Formats: sequence, structure tokens, C-alpha cells
Amino acid sequence: MENFDVIVVGGGPAGLSAALSAAQAGMKTVVIERGDYPGTKNVMGGILYTKATDLIVPEFWKEAPLERPIIEQRIAMLSGDESILAGYRDPAWAKEPYNAHSVFRVKFDRWLAQQAEKAGVMIIPETIVENLLYKGDNVVGVRTGRAEGDLGAKVVIIAEGVNNFLAVKAGLAKPLKPESVAVTVKEVIALPKEKIEDRFCLDEGQGATIELYGDSTAGMMGVGFIYTNKESISIGVGAILQPLIRNNWTPNDLLENLKSKPYVKRLLQGGETKEYLSHLIPEGGYTQVPKLHRQGVLVVGDTAMLMNSLNREGSNLAMISGKIAGEVAAQAIKTGDVSDQAMTVYETRLRDSFVLKDLHHYRHMGKFFEENTHLLKVYPKLFSQAVKMYLTADGTPKKQRQKEIIKMAFEKRSKGGLIKDIYGAWRALL
Amino acid sequence: MHFVVCLKQVPDTSEVRIDPITNTLMREGVPSIINPYDAHGLEEAIRLKEKVGGKVTIVSMGPPQAKEALKKAMTFGADRAILLSDRAFGGSDSLATAYILSSAIQKIQETDPIDLVFAGKEAIDGDTAQTGPGIAQRLDFPQLTYAIKIQELTETTVTVERKTESGRQIVQAQLPALITVEKELNDLRYASLPNMMKAAAYEPEVWDVKSLSFDTKKMGLKGSPTSVSRIFAPPGRSGGEIMDGTKDPAATVATVVQKLFQQNIIMVNPLAKGGKS
Repeated sequence: MENFDVIVVGGGPAGLSAALSAAQAGMKTVVIERGDYPGTKNVMGGILYTKATDLIVPEFWKEAPLERPIIEQRIAMLSGDESILAGYRDPAWAKEPYNAHSVFRVKFDRWLAQQAEKAGVMIIPETIVENLLYKGDNVVGVRTGRAEGDLGAKVVIIAEGVNNFLAVKAGLAKPLKPESVAVTVKEVIALPKEKIEDRFCLDEGQGATIELYGDSTAGMMGVGFIYTNKESISIGVGAILQPLIRNNWTPNDLLENLKSKPYVKRLLQGGETKEYLSHLIPEGGYTQVPKLHRQGVLVVGDTAMLMNSLNREGSNLAMISGKIAGEVAAQAIKTGDVSDQAMTVYETRLRDSFVLKDLHHYRHMGKFFEENTHLLKVYPKLFSQAVKMYLTADGTPKKQRQKEIIKMAFEKRSKGGLIKDIYGAWRALL
Repeated sequence: MHFVVCLKQVPDTSEVRIDPITNTLMREGVPSIINPYDAHGLEEAIRLKEKVGGKVTIVSMGPPQAKEALKKAMTFGADRAILLSDRAFGGSDSLATAYILSSAIQKIQETDPIDLVFAGKEAIDGDTAQTGPGIAQRLDFPQLTYAIKIQELTETTVTVERKTESGRQIVQAQLPALITVEKELNDLRYASLPNMMKAAAYEPEVWDVKSLSFDTKKMGLKGSPTSVSRIFAPPGRSGGEIMDGTKDPAATVATVVQKLFQQNIIMVNPLAKGGKS
């Protein structure tokens, strides 16, 4: 049996970052990945944040396969055929130090894996880790699905993604529940780059994003998105699994529904669907974060439920958690102490960083929307009607119109209900 | 014994589409794989090595990224992999490719005598089935094509069952020989973890045009007499005809037989006694 310092299970953003930082600290490191190569099984909407990635591979934008730097973020609230739009644009984001890029995971993660290999990481593809290896109570490696498939390690970093089989087997996490996981589907729709730039008012090479709320998820907790790539548009939508089941919606129906919205349809017109992807997203939030460590084991990324869906941040949390895990593993191995006590440093560092701070900040959010299913049904309509009334020029004096708007709002939601919702939202989001 | 396997990296043709306007292959985003027939040749070489001992050397010609296919091939448990890669090789047809590969095999042979060379019966991106026989010709090795079973391997001979259009043939040749293989030959293995790790750490040798005393007139576009005059996508097949046989089966069968005659799919054997036409 070959022995390593660190075995990383899974070649996604978290696992590769963990492997890279462990190898940079001099650890003999291997990544075991189930896909043909890192990236093939990895899916996300497609926005990669510069700051976190820069910490993993400094100035990655000079070499990494990226699509477009994002200079504009729009938010759309859809209600029937109507939409309310808001957004922010700054052309400075098209230049260093950037804020975010659209990417394809399959290309980017392969590149990231190559950076890890350059740092000395060994990558074993097409291999599944079936279990941890124990010696007494201590984790001493992993068992893969291949012949002569045992590997020894001082620390195992579980970066297996949202499907947390290994973490469950190790007694660190609980099996996923339909209310704490979202299913997201996405299509990549090819369009000539000039068309993309025209439709989104972009200079050459620049990118934009739109997050779509309201009717995009048919009143269920979730969000739709449209991201511009070099020569394609990614459009997707995701919702929590439980309401999908309850309301008998398939994710594909949601996507078709979103694509048929007038505002969306025009953006995609004439495009050809090139890819169809689907993935689960861990949405359990702070309260569902599993045990993050034990003797000889650290849990990172999606497996650790590190996902801030409100700000559509996931890969950056994954990468930072991976980097910290790699460093903590290396430190523990160097001092010869990989006990659970020594591993708590990982959790402490996550708590001191934005990763767990942000999750803690939004800890009430999931429950708030879960317990107030009316929110996503009442408000998109209420808001779009209010804006429509405000903007319609029909000779009604403005003072009277404002009164009408307030009256309309109270008809849709009682005064007490409104106050309760605003307070709840305040508590959940701010 | 020393087994050499010729192996090509090909686009996964099950995922290639043809541009309806330009009639060229849309290769973008299409994954590359080991030519499936070559993989079976490799599998057989490894099995023989495990049985009689010896070593397996893989040779491939292709662009630098074909290294990936060679690394993957190493997971089977091969001992050495050589990539023939040079701009001068680009554009080679099967004639020129056979020349380049056979030259490389000759060079391997100088230091490490070869007993058997394996090649896939054809590559799925070209379907010519010429390169394997071309290599055998240039090496002056007997060639056993379309092998579905290695019946016997002795110190001096190999006996092979081969598939032909009309049945099976059992043929024997003196070593060294070249065998081109069908997929029926064997089932591919699921590599062991130690072999996966060896392959991950392995860096294939790369030979360029200067590594060998090549005749550069015999390679690349210059050495390739094949010219492609036109590429087109064959028209899609129209659906078959479905006849309802539930009401009057006898009449339906008669209609079917008549249609088969009309289209010359079946005919009356003129030598058969009592036949009428």
C-alpha cells in the first residue's frame, strides 16, 4: 500500500485548492477524482470570483481558461410577462483586479488540476473512494473501488461535493434531505459573440449576469440566472427539491418556463442549445453544516455545505475552505499531531473568515422562506403592479396614484402581514 | 517476450457532429479517446505479458496532446510509451503513417527485439484499416488481420482465429508478426490502483523527426498520395415501412415477399430444382 501525507477525495474547486496548498507546504499529496479528469463531473452556474481564486493561484487570469470578466450584474423580478429590473455596471471590472469572470468548470478545473500537478500533486482519475480506512479509531487512508485499491494517508480531506456519501459513512454528515438541497438545471446556448455583446450592451470581451427572481421559480424558493460566456449564454434555474416535489414541478419544466418569458426569450433568440447540465446545490445553510473535522479528516466545499446562495457564492467558499484545510493538514502533519483537537484549527479559521461568517449571517434565511411560502407568490406581483401603476401616465394625479398603490398593497397583504414580512426579511437577510 | 502496441488518439466519433453547411467535422469540445480497437490490442498484449512474461511498449503518432492517450494506456500496465510527434508528421495519410510507425518500431527493435506487434483493425475516425497492414509490410512481418482470438503463442509462432466476411479462419505465422484486432478479442480491464498511480507519474517519451533517420519525403502531406476531393454527410435514412399483419397474415407475407423481389433483396436461385421465375 502506497502512503501519502494527504489524500484529497474529489477534484473540484475545494479539493484542488486543498491539494495545491498541501503540496505547496511540502506534503506528498494525491487527488482521487471519479471523472475522466477533474472538471468533467463539475457543474456550477458559472461565476468565478477573482479575489478567492487569486489566493489559490496568484494572477490566474493571465493563463486560466476564462470566458468573460463580469462588468454588469442585473437583478430581474419576473411576474407573468412583466419584469422589474435593477443593476450595477462598472467597466472598471473589465480590467485587473477584476471582480468575477464567467467560466466553464470543465475547462477551468482541468487547468486548476494542471497547476496542482505542477506543484507536485498526483491526480488519479476515474476512481471512486468507497470508504475511509481505519486502524482502531484512527483514519489512516482510503479504500478505492479499484483492485489493490487501498491508499494510506496521515490526513484525508473530503471534497466529494454535494453528494456526501463518504462524509456520511464517516459519521460526519447526515444524508441530504430534500429541503436542504436545490436542484439546478442549466443550458449552454451558443450565439455569435457580436450578438451577445449587442444584446447585453457590452464592449468586446466583457460579460454580464442577470439573476432572475419571482416567477422564474414559480413561487418556489430558488433563482434563475443568465450568464454571458465568450460565444454562448448559460441560462439556468434552480429550486429547493422539496417544493419541487410538493408542487410536482420538474427542474426542466422550470427552465422551459423561464426561457419562454418575454424578457428572457429575446436574449436567447436564435441560439442553439449546446449543452444541458444539472447539479445539486447544498442549501442547508449554517444550521446544516456537518462536523467539519475529526482525527485525520477534514471536510471542505459543498460537502461541508459551504454555500451562500443569496449572493450566489459557492466556489469561492469552496476554494477558501480547501486552501485552509490544505494548510491545516500540512501544519498538523509537520507537528505530528493529526488528532481531532489539532484539526479544530480548521474550523476556527473558517469561523474567522467570511466563509462561516456569511453562512452564520444568513442562518435564518432558509427557514424564513420555508415558513413563509406566500412571500414568493405575493410580492413579485405586488411589486410589479406597484411599479406599473407608478409609471403609467393616464392623467391620474400622482398623490392619488400613490394612495391607490398603498391601497392595492394592503389588499394583497394586510398591514400586519406586511410589517411581519418586512421584519422577517430584515432579520433573515440583513 | 516483447509486445509492441500501435495506438491512436481519436475524437470520440459518437460525439462528433458534421457541420451541415461546410461538411467538416465539428471537433470543438469533443473528447479524445484511445481508438477502441487499439485498446483491445493493448489489452491482449498485457494479457500475454502477464502469461508469458516480457514487456509491452506502446507507440503512437499524433500531436502533443496525444500524450494523454498514452498516459491513459499506461494504466493497463504497459512498460513504455513513445509518442511520435513533429510538425513534419502532420497531414500524413495511412501510407505515410505506416512508414513513420514502422520506422519507429524498427528503431525500438534495434535495442529490444520484438516478438509481436498489435494494432486495432482500424481507427474509428478514418475507418481505412490500412495502417496496420502497412506497418507489417514495411517491417516484413507476417500480418494476421481481424483477430478475434489468440489460440496459441509459442517461442516461434502465433496462432490466431480471425474473422472474415464468410466465417472464421485459423491461421498461424512465424514470429515476429503483426496482428490487427477486433473488439471481440477480449474485454478491457479496470486498471488496478498501483497501475493508475504508475501511469499518473509516467511521462511518455516523445520522438521527433530528428530522433530517427527518416526520409522526410515519405511523410506529412508530401508523403501522402491520398487526396480528399469532397466530404459530405450521407443523407439520413428514411424510416422503414410498417405493414399490419394482424388482419390477413398470409396476404401480408405475400406482399412483403413481392416487395423484396421487386427491390432485388431476394431472388430465385436459378440452379434450384423446381424453381420458377
